[in-house]
Amino acid sequence: MVILIIAIGGFYAIPNLFGEDHAVQVVATRGAEVSASTLSTVNEVLKSKGIAVKRSELENGQLLVRLNNGEEQLVAKEIISDALGDKYTVALNLAPATPKWLEAMGGSPMKLGLDLRGGVHFLMEVDMGEALRKMSEAKVADFRTDLRAEKIRYAGIRNGAKGIEIKFRDAETLAKAENFLKSRSNDMVFVDKTVGDDYVLVANPSEAYLKQVKEEALQQNITTLRNRVNELGVAEPVVQRQGAERIIVELPGVQDTARAKEILSATASIEFHMVDQKADVQAAMSGRVPAGSELYQRRSGGPVVLKKAVMLTGDHIQGAQPSFDEYSRPQVSINLDAKGGSIFSNVTKDNIGNPMATLFIEYKDTGEKNADGSVKMKKIEEVISVATIQARLGRNFVITGLEHAEAQNLALLLRAGALIAPVYIVEERTIGPSLGAENIQNGMQAMIWGMAVVLIFMLVYYRGFGLIANLALTANLVMVVGVMSMIPGAVLTLPGIAGMVLTVGMAVDGNVLIYERIREELRNGRSVQQAIHEGYGNAFSTIADANITTFMTALILFAVGTGAVKGFAVTLMIGIATSMFTSIVGTRSIVNAIWGGKRVKKLSI
Amino acid sequence: MLQILNVKGTVNFLRHALPISIFSAVLVLGSIVTLATKGINWGLDFTGGTVVELEFSKPADLNAIRTNLSTEAVGGAVVQNFGSSRDVLIRLPVKDDFKSEDQVNDVMDAVTKLDSSVVQKRVEFVGPQVGKELAEQGGLAVLVALICILIYVSFRFEWRLALGSVAALAHDIIVTLGVFSLLQLEFDLTVLAGLLTVVGYSLNDTIVVFDRIRENFLKLRKSTPEEVVNISITQTMSRTIITTGTTLVVVVALFLKGGTMIHGFATALLMGIFVGTFSSIYVASFLAIKLGINREHMMPVEVEKEGADQDALMP
Repeated sequence: MVILIIAIGGFYAIPNLFGEDHAVQVVATRGAEVSASTLSTVNEVLKSKGIAVKRSELENGQLLVRLNNGEEQLVAKEIISDALGDKYTVALNLAPATPKWLEAMGGSPMKLGLDLRGGVHFLMEVDMGEALRKMSEAKVADFRTDLRAEKIRYAGIRNGAKGIEIKFRDAETLAKAENFLKSRSNDMVFVDKTVGDDYVLVANPSEAYLKQVKEEALQQNITTLRNRVNELGVAEPVVQRQGAERIIVELPGVQDTARAKEILSATASIEFHMVDQKADVQAAMSGRVPAGSELYQRRSGGPVVLKKAVMLTGDHIQGAQPSFDEYSRPQVSINLDAKGGSIFSNVTKDNIGNPMATLFIEYKDTGEKNADGSVKMKKIEEVISVATIQARLGRNFVITGLEHAEAQNLALLLRAGALIAPVYIVEERTIGPSLGAENIQNGMQAMIWGMAVVLIFMLVYYRGFGLIANLALTANLVMVVGVMSMIPGAVLTLPGIAGMVLTVGMAVDGNVLIYERIREELRNGRSVQQAIHEGYGNAFSTIADANITTFMTALILFAVGTGAVKGFAVTLMIGIATSMFTSIVGTRSIVNAIWGGKRVKKLSI
Repeated sequence: MLQILNVKGTVNFLRHALPISIFSAVLVLGSIVTLATKGINWGLDFTGGTVVELEFSKPADLNAIRTNLSTEAVGGAVVQNFGSSRDVLIRLPVKDDFKSEDQVNDVMDAVTKLDSSVVQKRVEFVGPQVGKELAEQGGLAVLVALICILIYVSFRFEWRLALGSVAALAHDIIVTLGVFSLLQLEFDLTVLAGLLTVVGYSLNDTIVVFDRIRENFLKLRKSTPEEVVNISITQTMSRTIITTGTTLVVVVALFLKGGTMIHGFATALLMGIFVGTFSSIYVASFLAIKLGINREHMMPVEVEKEGADQDALMP
């Protein structure tokens, strides 16, 4: 049993011995797809340029090409990037060089934290004040149209200090309005704040609605940031929420923070244009575009000529959800703000039956820099959908004629186009790659020195039993590494290495307790077998108590700490668990195997 | 057989308890005084601000760097060596009118004039709000840890012992903080991690002693509480020395070889282990005696201990 558990730990620790391959990773963006043909294209291009490919594989829609060294990696990135064009993102990566058979059994090396591999860590905060302001502005517009439609006369609506204040001329209308509005918007709470002749109804969002608005703002920002990070072409990025208002973005290997920041805060937008039906697409493609129109490419492929005049910009879009019409065909329902609604209704009135196009505009980093050092951005414009206007459109309308997946994507893009609430960076940590390598080296040095001294001491002081303790200690370290590799979320950081080193020093405590107890029992004149039994038995509860309390502090540290400190807490917890196992159960089984059931006169302790 | 301690009979540890307690009290008071007057040199994690770590191609002239950092954005910058003479750490306070990136750009402009091949090794920026929250959470973590321990030890042992062990832990934390304050060492998140580890470690020691005290109360029926405590401390002394020794060895290895980024962590551990070992012998046990611990207090727990079937866990 013991051997089996240690063997499993050891097995999963093996991948850490293989190091990493220099690799290039290819991810598809903008509707493209990484397929087997992409794989063979890449392999052929590299072969023709004389670059040896160690191994290339297609996995989870990503292409990973392993190369022999760092220089060839850089050259290969350029070649692949040129060959595939801008529908793909090509990134440098360090891929674990775990052999295939080991990988197939779930073996993978420990993930290294940013402080060990270098990279950028951002903590971004969503400006919830802005999100709430937008929400209440929308509500003001809603109330206005609703009351007007219901022919309830009001004296004024405004966003006041207490909430949305609606003024009326008399109590009767107020009561009528209150009843009506309550039935229409159950996400708001209405309070009658009439003082004297001032008939005021105050509306405030309910707790649940407030929470929902914040949640949506956060989720939408995460989606947007994730899309942008993917565009960055970083291997294994992390975009994750932290608490109610914050988002963590981690970009391993990225050194140029300025560039990363610009892209994360870059804007994408949406514009609606009418399709120029009179224009000849063929003529436009050869350069003869009618005045007032422009040639664009569809995302799905193929050219289309649009009128230059912008009907509406994406700033007016407040929400976009994929849904189904009564024939269960996919569509995207869009709702605009009040101003957008009135503009849109005016324009569409005259264009019923004509096709309208949705243009997606995005600024993408070119990787080059301007003379003044700022990042050169490339404007990318694509037509994401063309649909026929069926009727005069107001604030709420739908875009039809889409595939299910397309509807999903369009809704996402429309939402992602304009951020509900801006984000700003509240924490940033950049670690250079040289510092990362230095940190690993320092950590290993400390580990080797500490471990060596402890091993020598135990051997000299406890001799035979010392050797057993040393075996347990080594097995413990292997198991910590193994468990760290097995848990998908565990990340090794510099404090994590410190935690491992510390575990080495503290793990011997279990053995010291047991051995001292055995010595004591021997001194008190017990037989060898009895002494061993008593030693293990009496020391057990002490070791358990001591370890449980240490484990508790580690758990608290895990709950409070961020990034690197969390890494420390994790290794400490794993170390405590494995050391209890190896120092009590592990050594006991060795001791039993050697001395068990025999008549022994003297112990090597 | 090689032995560090070969004590015949029992050492009367508690004979020195009173003067040592006074010494402890003085240490704690002194620490509180330095904490009150000098305060703690809070690190970036708690104050917010920006830190830039640079590596120069030759030993850096700190004064030249200071004079070059002349723009308004980087006013009040603290420049110091970090690890070696070529490594420099520049701390920039939070300024409302300037963004962190502007500050970093100004720093890079200034230092590249001095050394064109300077390398930017690390940049960290923490917003003041985040820093404040971390400080609050950190303080809360220490408190929660102490309360959890108090509950656990009361449950496993007895409230007098629990109070003794928590007093010992509070003592360790205050004295370690006092040393950080006195020497004005930087207190960042890793130091907090170190401090909590010290809590765990010191408790480890205390529990080993307490466990033996409990056992001996039941075994030595005729001894006074003082005698029992003395015997227990003597019996666990060699274990305490060995474990403290091995832990110190690895911590010293971390301190010397672990690099600058975990220096604070190693320092906190180094001091904490010294103070912790000493406090678990004197502060914890002495307080338990003063609170009137005796044999009857240990009885009910024994039943539970018997219940924990130890052999079942052995293969």
